[in-house]
Parts: sequence; C-alpha cells; structure tokens
Amino acid sequence: MDEEYDVIVLGTGLKECILSGLLSVDGLKVLHMDRNDYYGGESTSLNLIQLWKKFRGDDKPPPHLGSSKDYNIDMNPKFIMANGMLVRVLIHTDVTKYLYFKAVDGSFVFNKAKVHKVPSNDMEALKSPLMGIFEKRRARKFFIYVQDYNESDPKTHDGLDLTRVTTKELIAKFGLDDNTVDFIGHALALHRDDRYLNEPALDTVKRMKLYAESLARFQGGSPYIYPLYGLGELPQAFARLSAVYGGTYMLNKPECKVEFDADGKVIGVTSEGETAKCKKVVCDPSYLPGKVRKVGKVARAIAIMSHPIPSTNDSQSVQVILPQKQLGRKSDMYLFCCSYSHNVCPKGKYIAFVSTEAETDQPAIELKPGIDLLGPVEEIFFDMYDRFEPVNEPTLDNCFISTSYDATTHFESTVVDVLNMYTLITGKVLDLSVDLSAASAAEE
Amino acid sequence: MATIGHNNLNAKLVLLGDMGAGKSSLVLRFVKGQFLEFQESTIGAAFFSQTLAVNDATVKFEIWDTAGQERYHSLAPMYYRGAAAAIIVYDITSSDSFSRAKKWVQELQKQGNPNMVMALTGNKADLEDKRKVTAEEARVYAEENGLFFMETSAKSAANVNEVFYEIAKRLPRAQPAQSPAGMVLVDRPAEGSSAASCCS
Repeated sequence: MDEEYDVIVLGTGLKECILSGLLSVDGLKVLHMDRNDYYGGESTSLNLIQLWKKFRGDDKPPPHLGSSKDYNIDMNPKFIMANGMLVRVLIHTDVTKYLYFKAVDGSFVFNKAKVHKVPSNDMEALKSPLMGIFEKRRARKFFIYVQDYNESDPKTHDGLDLTRVTTKELIAKFGLDDNTVDFIGHALALHRDDRYLNEPALDTVKRMKLYAESLARFQGGSPYIYPLYGLGELPQAFARLSAVYGGTYMLNKPECKVEFDADGKVIGVTSEGETAKCKKVVCDPSYLPGKVRKVGKVARAIAIMSHPIPSTNDSQSVQVILPQKQLGRKSDMYLFCCSYSHNVCPKGKYIAFVSTEAETDQPAIELKPGIDLLGPVEEIFFDMYDRFEPVNEPTLDNCFISTSYDATTHFESTVVDVLNMYTLITGKVLDLSVDLSAASAAEE
Repeated sequence: MATIGHNNLNAKLVLLGDMGAGKSSLVLRFVKGQFLEFQESTIGAAFFSQTLAVNDATVKFEIWDTAGQERYHSLAPMYYRGAAAAIIVYDITSSDSFSRAKKWVQELQKQGNPNMVMALTGNKADLEDKRKVTAEEARVYAEENGLFFMETSAKSAANVNEVFYEIAKRLPRAQPAQSPAGMVLVDRPAEGSSAASCCS
C-alpha cells in the first residue's frame, strides 16, 4: 500500500466504480478502497442476512422466505433506460460482457386513484383509458409531432423553435388537458416536479423520444432493462474493468482518512496505519463529510411480497410512477418491483420498493399512497437517508466528490454526475457516441 | 471456427489461485499457445473465450481471470456467479500457494454453484528440482474434495490442453439453468448475426 498512485478512489458505489474503470483504462494508476467488506456502497444489493442486519439488528430472517443467498435486494433501486446514457457507458467500456440484462415488463402511471399502462406512442394513446375520446385524438397528434421531430431538420419543427417555446406553450398548441400533461410530463418525460412546464420544450421532447425509442428497442412492455442478480452487479462489473486495467482493489479498509498538505491539497489516504500517496482523491460524500452539504433526503420502503403489484398485468418487473399532483405532493413517488425473473429472489417472491424525495420525517405515513398499491406484504422495511452534494473546489484540493444518489427511477442523472466528474478529473470529455442501433440484445 | 451443432455449450470458467501461481500463463498457453517467461500481472485482458470440440459436443469456454482482485481478497461475488467450472491453480514449488489453493476451494464451495466442475492444477511442473508439493499429497486432497487433479506446465505446455478437455468432458450435458436466460448487450452486429443460438 505504501506506493504512489495517480488517483485513490474511496467507496465502491456505482459512480466511483465507473470512474475507477474509466481512469484505469486511461492508463492512470488507481487504488480503490472501501470501508465495507462488500462491493457497491450505497448502490449494493443485499442478501437476506445482510438486509436483516441492516434494518433489524440481531433478528434473523424467517426461514419461510427461503435461502438468504437467493436474494439480491437493491439499496438504490433504479431501472436502466434501454437507450440511455448508462447503456452508452456500458457499451463504450465493453463492460456489457460481464452482465446479463432482461427487459422490464411494465411501465405504469397512477392517475385518479388507479394504475394505468403508460401510453408511449400515437397508437397506444388511442387505446389508453387515461383519456377521453377527443383528448385521445389531440394526444395522438402531439405524439406524432414528437415522434417526427428531428432537431436538425426544421421541416419537422412546424415553425416552432423549441429552444424558446416553453413546454406549457407547446402543449397549449395541441390543446391537451392538465391530466394528460401530468402523465406525459411525469411518466414519459420522467420529470420529477413541474418546473419543466416553464422551461424550453426541447428537453421534454427529447425525453419523450428517449422513452419511446428505448421502449422500441427490446420489444418489452417498458423502456427499461435491468441486470440479472440486481443492480449490485453494476459496480462490480466496472470494478472488474478497473482491475483488468491495473486498478488495485482493497475492501474492508477501516477509516480511509484523506490526508492534506498545508495548502489544503490532498496528498494521500491513511488506513490501518499505512499511507498511500496520491495526486487526486475520488470519493462518495461519506468519505469527506466536511466537504459536502445536505441537500435533501430520500424516504423509502422495501417490501418482500408473494404476488406481483396488483393492476400491473402480473408484471414480473414493473415501474409505477405516482405523479406529485395526483398525491398533492411536491415530488413524485415511485414503485419498483422485481422478482425471480431477474434473479433477485426465489421463485414466487417479489421485491417491491416505494421511494420519494422525503417531505416529512415519517416515511411510513408519507409513503402510504404507494404502499397501499402493493397489496399484502410479508415483510416491510422503512428507511430514510440524507442526500449530499460537494461544496469543495476541486481545483484547490484535488478532491472529486460524487453527489448522493437521488430518488429518480433511472440512471440518467447518475451518469451525468459521473461524466462531469470525469471531465473535472481529466480535463477530457468522454466520447459516448457509440452506435446504439448496432448494439442489439442477443438472446443467449 | 467450430461449427455449431445442437450440442453446443457455453460455459463460464473461472481461475483461482495465488498471485504468481500461473493462472494467466495457463490461459495464454491454452488460448494463444504462448508462454512469456516474465508474464506481467494481468493487465488489459482478463476475459478470453475458446471453443473445444469434445466427442459429441462443442464447448465454448468463457474464461475469467482474476485481474489481480485476489491480491487483497477483494474478488467480487459476480466472479463466481454462474460459473460452470473452476481451475484452482497452485505452484508446485510453493507450499504456501498450495495451502492457499485449499482456501480457494473452500471459498468456491461456499460461493459457487454446487454442480461446478473443479480442477486442481499444480503448475510449473517443469521445475521438478524445486518441487515442494508432492503430486500424491495434492491428488489425495483433490479426491477428498471432489476435484480432479493434474500437474501442468504452462512453459512446456504439458497437460494444459488436457485440463480444459477434461473439464469439457465433465460438464453436465443437459446444462441446468446456470447460464441465465437473459440477454447480452453486444456491440458487434456482424459477428452474432449467424444466430449461434441453440434454443430456437
């Protein structure tokens, strides 16, 4: 350990592992440490014994749930947009060869106290019970406009400059009612609150196109894919990439104290009495608590069930979005469910998550609208965690700190943070212009 | 390229053993027919595939090397996930490496799937004059623990192909659902276009 490294990475969460991999591939000498004896940090997947230890202390999981080893319960549940940024990173780095994915069965939205399939194109809009007969036709026209819209071809713009026209103004042109706007904005464009209405429409149109194109990619019932054995596989796969390119891995390293010189610049990391020197430190907020500030908190519930989420066509994996307006909240609530079909639990069991950006200190009460949709549960755990963002100036201290994982349903914001950090660390921009259409999903 | 009939298997094979026991050298000898006297610690390539024809079937091995993550006992659980076979490598000139090979066998018995085919390989058999671990001692241990045993030399190529052939022969033909029925995201449209799938 008494060596000098270009970069020491602390914490093996997904963001840190992607960065570790990218930096090792760039030829930098990387030491990657974690205080835990497992990979993944906040983005790990736990087996039953680990889950009970985390939430129930000395209690043991009941035997009727089956073997602990058969469970991989995500601590940071998200799905992967099939044409999204994380897939681009996976293809760019060739990490895909370590992982197996399956499409997610369903994508639903909560509207007027009921769960509905999310219509994603003009044909589905016509069939959706979310809208009345005239509204369907208006929505269909809007979907066609979005599908045909091509940023570089003004003929498809219908005379509208979407970098200036707000989403609200664009929607007004098509005469859509608030109810339709609500599911389009939250369940298709995946906005977390209503700020997008007053922002340029281009972003929303792009998000809708990403959703539709991702949905078309694997002929699943949703635009999402998800790795077999849970999301905890992702950091491990990127850690492997890093190791393959010479990165050194040490788990179970207590303390991991970052050392600074008199000017406040990082000089190394000390653990168990040994100091490894380095030029830069990359870490999650927990390793440098003095250089981050709290920006919010996430409330969540984790449930083990013996049935799929009701009203989702028996989907073995599904996402349900509960838009804030439907609940009288400031931010959306999300349900996720995965099961045996993704090897995250034994046959017949389902793992469901309810999560949201917390607005109170009482997760059990706050999450009730989501939990009510689950039906009976065998076990349920409630949790809250704080979200942090860095407040340091990396050019002064050479510390590059990731932002805590947010409550979003997919990985787009995660990868944006990683790419920004990569540019700050290396001064380079990662070229992610991989050929997504060339990358097909091969059935094994 | 081997023609792919109805009896083709894909099998993930993992290598385990101490740093310097010769894991990467064995794979390089098997896959590329090469041997480097001063093989550097594994960098850049830790994933190989090689197809073998055995009697009635072809076996495509996906071979995972440790990429150095064994050094500080930081091998990720995904390494063992779905592995159909494992080669545990030790160096016959090092008793330490043999006792640590036993630790790796225990780890596999804990983490791996129970039907896994396991091979114990005493490498560097060309260094007979420096031998510290007798073949007999290793064979007895292997038999007691349900492994098959061979001594190899990546340098002279002795027994290297034989180890992989023996594994290929022992793999259960009707493969249980250990290679999961998921999809793999691939970046090479041309290569996979011949639909090398047995499950149509």
